[in-house]
Amino acid sequence: MEKYYHSVTLDVDKCKGCTNCLKQCPTQAIRVRDGKAKIIKERCIDCGVCIRVCPYHAKKAITDSLSELDKFEYKVALPAPALYGQFPKVNDINKILNALLGIGFDDCFEVAKGAEVVTNRTKELIKSGELMDITISSACPAVLRLISVRFPNLLNNVLPIKPPIEVAAYMARQEAVKKTGLSEDKIGLFFITPCPAKATSIKNPLSVAKSGIDGVISIKDVYLKLAHKINSDSPPKNLQSAGFYGVSWANVGGEAEALEEGKYIAVDGIHNVINILEAVENEKLDDISFIEALACPGGCVGGPLTVENNYVAKSRIKETAKKLPKTKFSEDVDYNVLWEKPMEYNPIMNLDEDIFTAIQKASEIDKIYKGLPGLDCGSCGSPSCKCLAEDIVRNMASETDCIFKLREKVKTLSNEMNTLSKNLKG
Amino acid sequence: MDKSIVLKYDVDGNDFSLAGEASSSVKKVLLSLGFDPEIIRKVSIALYEGEMNMVIHANGGVITVEISPEEIHMLLEDTGPGIEDIELAMQEGYSTASDKVRELGFGAGMGLSNMKKYSDVFIITSEVNKGTRVEMVVKNKQ
Repeated sequence: MEKYYHSVTLDVDKCKGCTNCLKQCPTQAIRVRDGKAKIIKERCIDCGVCIRVCPYHAKKAITDSLSELDKFEYKVALPAPALYGQFPKVNDINKILNALLGIGFDDCFEVAKGAEVVTNRTKELIKSGELMDITISSACPAVLRLISVRFPNLLNNVLPIKPPIEVAAYMARQEAVKKTGLSEDKIGLFFITPCPAKATSIKNPLSVAKSGIDGVISIKDVYLKLAHKINSDSPPKNLQSAGFYGVSWANVGGEAEALEEGKYIAVDGIHNVINILEAVENEKLDDISFIEALACPGGCVGGPLTVENNYVAKSRIKETAKKLPKTKFSEDVDYNVLWEKPMEYNPIMNLDEDIFTAIQKASEIDKIYKGLPGLDCGSCGSPSCKCLAEDIVRNMASETDCIFKLREKVKTLSNEMNTLSKNLKG
Repeated sequence: MDKSIVLKYDVDGNDFSLAGEASSSVKKVLLSLGFDPEIIRKVSIALYEGEMNMVIHANGGVITVEISPEEIHMLLEDTGPGIEDIELAMQEGYSTASDKVRELGFGAGMGLSNMKKYSDVFIITSEVNKGTRVEMVVKNKQ
């Protein structure tokens, strides 16, 4: 199995071993052991909730630094549209794109353009009737990973179209080659990302064999540098080329609205997404045809690597996008926009390969669980009593990790000592 | 050595917002046991429909699920009003759900027929003013 690269990691020195990330992880991938949080790599979907909730800023995302630009002769920035809502009093996309040129890039290519191509193809696919009754967007890699580990029955409902970043990468490289005459490998494409899930999906792509992006830089890493260049005196080049629909993808509801037809719901926040997906599995969303599902509050503007408050950014994106024509999508791109490989079920929740053994273990877990206090306090280092029971059966923890169980044992022991000392006459 | 695992759930008939919890919990266990997603789907839907029926019509009840490598056995028992004419109730589209509940989109009349469709064995018995008993089996793929 190839080595899976995670972009969410822990700064051990800053970690206090509290229960914040532990309790909020949607796949129960975190444990606190020896006073420090540990991420169970197989379970982590890189959603970044832990980054968002850590009060000590101990959770981080690994992204590339600007120095990576030096490896290429011609450097192109591909900003996620979420970037456009980050700067106070700035509603002009051109200013932001020009600022990117000011920090070392030779050119910009808006991911929003890739989004408009995806929207166009999505509409075609929906019309063709080839899709399932309920289609789930494939734009959020954290949601896709969530589906692959917890909702395998919905894998066939996912829209089999590549995410805007990959489409934009293809278009950007073609354009750069045309503009410069350089060979493809001399061109460096850098995604300016609002989240770790997208950083991971570039190093470990879900829908393509190899990503078209060369490096991923987080919005917060370039924020200050960009802020310095935004209101520069030099006249801005006209670099802006995406429309209202493409830019609106940054907000929850943007992707769905761009489809213009059909009943849709747009869900933001990973726990809300889980609830909706459960409802889809139970066939309880009869009249919905499209579900936009995003892990972050507000959509990509709420990504853990953004700087601005997501509500403020959302409103700013609306203001900014309003000024643009609906769409600037003109002709289809000569590129296979469909997934190169299907998404597969990733059975990380599996207790054992052998079903007899798995049933044994499940029985054990149930027995142990019934003996635990059921407080889900997290003091043992597992997110819930159910998880501790599972960890015990998997030989990753012991019953005395539970403070209440330990207290019980100490009490029993001290009673025995008491009785013993009474019988020992000196 | 345990050859199977038994899960028991008390379904609260008064709390509509909790409806679906039992089937959701069983789904998680089936995922951890490595059952094929298709089998999980059949069990989830059949159990969900049965659980909803208990809440909408019977004021709650008890669900007992036994999972073994060969099959998933589900027993749903309630002490509700019972079903007068089972054959009629099994017809697609027939519903006795109250208007209130139908306004919410429930009571489409597909519950029992869906349960029969997704299970390999479906046995239902009922007595008016005594209660209803539904037994379903979904066999594992082999």
